[in-house]
Amino acid sequence: MERSLSIDVERRFPGAAPIRVRAELPLDGVAVLFGPSGAGKTTVLRLLAGLDRPDAGAVRVGDETWSDASRGIHLRPQARRVGFLFQDHALFPHLDVAANVGYGLAGLPRRERQARVREVAGRLRVDDLLSRMPGELSGGQRQRVALARALATRPRLLLLDEPLSALDAPTREALRGELRGWLKESDIPAVVVTHDRVEALALGDRLVVLSEGGVHQVGPVLEVFGKPADVVVARLVGTENVLPVELLQRETGLAVVRAAGLELVAVDPGGLGQEAFACVRAEDIVLEEAPGVATSARNRIEATVSDRAEEGPLVRIGLDCGGLRLVALVTRPSAERFSLWPGRQVVALVKAPAVRLLPR
Amino acid sequence: MIDRDALRLSLELATLTTGALLVLGLPLAAWLAWSRRRWKFLVEAVVALPLVLPPTVLGFYLLLGLGPRSPLGRAFESAAGHPFPFSFEGLLIASVLYSLPFAVQPFAAALAGVDHRLLEASYTLGASRLATFFRVSLPLARRGVVSGAVLAFAHTLGEFGVVLMVGGNIAGRTRTLSIALFDHVEALEYGAAHRTAALLLLVSFAVLVAVHALQRRPFAPWNGR
Repeated sequence: MERSLSIDVERRFPGAAPIRVRAELPLDGVAVLFGPSGAGKTTVLRLLAGLDRPDAGAVRVGDETWSDASRGIHLRPQARRVGFLFQDHALFPHLDVAANVGYGLAGLPRRERQARVREVAGRLRVDDLLSRMPGELSGGQRQRVALARALATRPRLLLLDEPLSALDAPTREALRGELRGWLKESDIPAVVVTHDRVEALALGDRLVVLSEGGVHQVGPVLEVFGKPADVVVARLVGTENVLPVELLQRETGLAVVRAAGLELVAVDPGGLGQEAFACVRAEDIVLEEAPGVATSARNRIEATVSDRAEEGPLVRIGLDCGGLRLVALVTRPSAERFSLWPGRQVVALVKAPAVRLLPR
Repeated sequence: MIDRDALRLSLELATLTTGALLVLGLPLAAWLAWSRRRWKFLVEAVVALPLVLPPTVLGFYLLLGLGPRSPLGRAFESAAGHPFPFSFEGLLIASVLYSLPFAVQPFAAALAGVDHRLLEASYTLGASRLATFFRVSLPLARRGVVSGAVLAFAHTLGEFGVVLMVGGNIAGRTRTLSIALFDHVEALEYGAAHRTAALLLLVSFAVLVAVHALQRRPFAPWNGR
């Protein structure tokens, strides 16, 4: 049987609604706890690390019980062998980078410890910073050092609390793709907390959507974004089309990708591998009557309306584009004027800059 | 001439008191800084008591509690080989109690100022609570710990009432500098009194200068606390 992480916990707070979370996750890949602030994401992470105790319920990893409130079991954080990446990194300010990275290796002989520090630091490209103090590092460097420190002890589970939120926007963009690479490469199961849907998409294999009242949906990232289980999830993940794509070619700042037999032109964000996600907001898709006329939009996709749903002044139109599903958001008058009912042939126009590519 | 025996005794007492306060005061301060018990304020009040209590009151109760007629006093006597009153060990116990707040309060304030997430980071990296205390808390609280120790040292050097009550005035055993000064004045030996007083003033001033220099942050404005 595959080992899994089983969370079924309740934590109460004076003067606030309790947080109840229940989820079963396979112990591999990256699981993202996604939701607005106050939904209890960080609470769950702290319960997983053993920094707090659940008021009710249990945390189990494989056949081990880490916490069980009813039986009074609570494994100390020291004994859980987790790597915890704090939101503001929590580097020890009185220790240099080498001592920070090697902090959890106190039990190893000096030689082995130094070798391990160099190895991890090299992997995260902080090997030239080893003698610096944390106060002398940039945000991105601090983040990499904190991750190196967490990875150095070869933890069984990595816990990342809003890993990119303490960084400025350009650094965040640059690190997002790299972080995914490091998580993949380390081959350690990870739980990432984020409120940012781009981060959730870029980092996660599976998504746990939390909102007040607990877990709303658990599933593979694409499934959650493609088929939100309820209105709360739909609002949280946004009206975004997320398509798994394959890189075909890149030239003059543009990238051509293929999604299920369909070619799309997008602006090349850099750092692309063979696989990526293409994101198109439903409100960025323009529909016109087939066969359409020439426009400046680089992507013209022939489609058939498959379904429609009214959302106040807007109508959500489901499109079948030869095996690929897209969702477009149009106003009600437009939907009436072009009689966008199931079966209707249309052309969907998407400008290249509206196709956002996320490296995987 | 300065009473060399008294000087030696004062320094010895202050050093041992400071050492004892580091050993006993740091765990107590750590508990005060991090405990979430509801009755913590009671312990805080007890620790602060010597700040407001006349030293004679403390001395009086120590004499009662550890005197030859109390069970504790008899235990002390059988362990030390001599009665509690008028002994150096008795003086040491009294000094530790009397200087407790001067050490424990700065210790606790400094430890409470250490970012709790750093301790949690240490726990998740496998370090025990004790290891975390020595590897993270203590280094980060070192300014407060040093100033607490220095204050305790200086305070012990200058104490008078408790010493007189518990230790009496036995040359070479319980006569410290401050007692010697009192003797000089009583005997109208103003020359010796001047020298002893000046020495105590100098040492105390030097110690306070050291404490304030330690607590100064680089580039902090004069009123920027």
